[in-house]
Amino acid sequence: MDFSSRLIEEAVNQIARLPGIGKKTALRLVLHLVREKEELTLQLTEALNRLRTQIRFCKTCHNISDDEECAICRGPKRDRNVICVVEDVRDVMAIENTAQYNGLYHVLGGVISPVNGIGPADLNIESLVARLQSGQSTVNEVILALSPTLEGDTTAFYVHKRIQPTNVRVSVIARGVPVGGDLEYADEITLGRSILSRTQFS
Amino acid sequence: MILRRLSLINYRNYESAEVEFSPRINVLVGANGSGKTNLLDAVYYLSFTRSSRQPLDSLNVRHGQDHFSIRGDFEIRDRRDTVTVVLQPGARKSVRVNGSEYSRLSDHIGKYPVVLADPDDVDLIREGGEIRRRFFDILISQVDAIYLENLMRYNNLLKQRNSLLRLAGGRPDTLALESYDGLMAAPAAYIYQQRKAFLGRFIPVFDRYFRFLVDEHETASVEYVSGLDEMTLEEGMQRNRERDLVLQRTNFGVHRDDFRFLLGTSEMKKFGSQGQRKTMVIAMRLAQWDLIGADKGFRPILLLDDIFDKLDDHRIAKLLELMRNAFGQLFVTDARPDRTAGLLRNVNADVSVYTVSQGTITLQQ
Repeated sequence: MDFSSRLIEEAVNQIARLPGIGKKTALRLVLHLVREKEELTLQLTEALNRLRTQIRFCKTCHNISDDEECAICRGPKRDRNVICVVEDVRDVMAIENTAQYNGLYHVLGGVISPVNGIGPADLNIESLVARLQSGQSTVNEVILALSPTLEGDTTAFYVHKRIQPTNVRVSVIARGVPVGGDLEYADEITLGRSILSRTQFS
Repeated sequence: MILRRLSLINYRNYESAEVEFSPRINVLVGANGSGKTNLLDAVYYLSFTRSSRQPLDSLNVRHGQDHFSIRGDFEIRDRRDTVTVVLQPGARKSVRVNGSEYSRLSDHIGKYPVVLADPDDVDLIREGGEIRRRFFDILISQVDAIYLENLMRYNNLLKQRNSLLRLAGGRPDTLALESYDGLMAAPAAYIYQQRKAFLGRFIPVFDRYFRFLVDEHETASVEYVSGLDEMTLEEGMQRNRERDLVLQRTNFGVHRDDFRFLLGTSEMKKFGSQGQRKTMVIAMRLAQWDLIGADKGFRPILLLDDIFDKLDDHRIAKLLELMRNAFGQLFVTDARPDRTAGLLRNVNADVSVYTVSQGTITLQQ
């Protein structure tokens, strides 16, 4: 793409580095900023600056946080007997939105995938073990809420093995047919698993 | 199962072709390089969603073009299905049955079964274990979808495990290795059991066809050799841990299994004559056809590519006897029209002969 202005070109190239944004979209955003009041751009850059310099990861669960410890870990009404292990911050948000869970979290920051160069040491697994082994720990259950992919299964298997010595109960989220989904459209593996791990009708 | 009509656009050397087939015997004659094999390959493609000859799809597009499509009208008992495969630039390959597209191509495999016998088949006896594992894996996958799932899971885990062995410069996390061992154990056990069970069905049928073709007194057989004969996957992984770390790959598991073809007690790979091997691989394909048919409850399409060249007159006569009596729809290619005409004079069945030349197909009257 040929730009008449170096400044536009620079801004477009920077914005196009973001995931899901190509050069055309970037150009649209840049032209929009140029057309609008200067204030808009300043507010945006300020927010981004603050985001990047002030954002922190919770020292306990590695969730995104404004403080040293996140709001969930500090929450007075949270159940401190159970930790839900998830892949990343988006999973915390997804589970929080269900309003079905009131325990604590532990964000691994990814899943084990040596093909992509990610080994167990690259994830927040040791800090989970440390949490469980600490003297003040009241945790009696760890829920593994990882994606049912090969990498998710591997990570779950690994975490399970790693925390086995602590004797904490380990559970996994159920897998099956989605609510509101049509049975005939469920894939065979999911349907097969749902049959095998069927539950008592209640 | 019958393929009534086949339409090709830009597939290999075909610019555009449409042809109707006989429900029984279809003979394709034409010079080498005329497109006989490509036509069989298109039929194969509709069944397996890939070419038997060229795994790289962009190279299956006719020279200078950017897309291809294959369309086949099938009849299975009283059902009529149209299968289409379309490859277009910038889009993933699409496979549709009666207009609805698969989200996973593997769901299609086995639904429209086709068996191909071609001259490269002798590699099955001559070459390394990988090609034999592939033969049985494809065959078992066609009759058992769960097998394919397990195989894909096992292979993906194996790839991850091998990457892990290389990742940490020879000192990977032991617990991570054990995790892979643990996760691979179930699919490995399933693959091992099913390969064993399948051979139990395969051997008698294979032996029957082999001996029919050659009047042999010795028994033809296949021996399955697996590390899992001796110990579980996890035990084997434990024992090979040091070797795995040194070689940075996985040395134990069902990906190392082999199948040995035997006549009596002598191994064909080492002692078989050319003729014995050629007959043996044809018997393997016929057994494959037979077992898939038994499993599906209808006869798969049989594609015989250029196999008369490999057989003496007696064996050809025997094969024709089978063709006349037993098989369903059949496609045969031959580079020598005179020979084919002579051979088919004695076959009292519905035979259509097509001349293939430079990417065009004409029915001979």
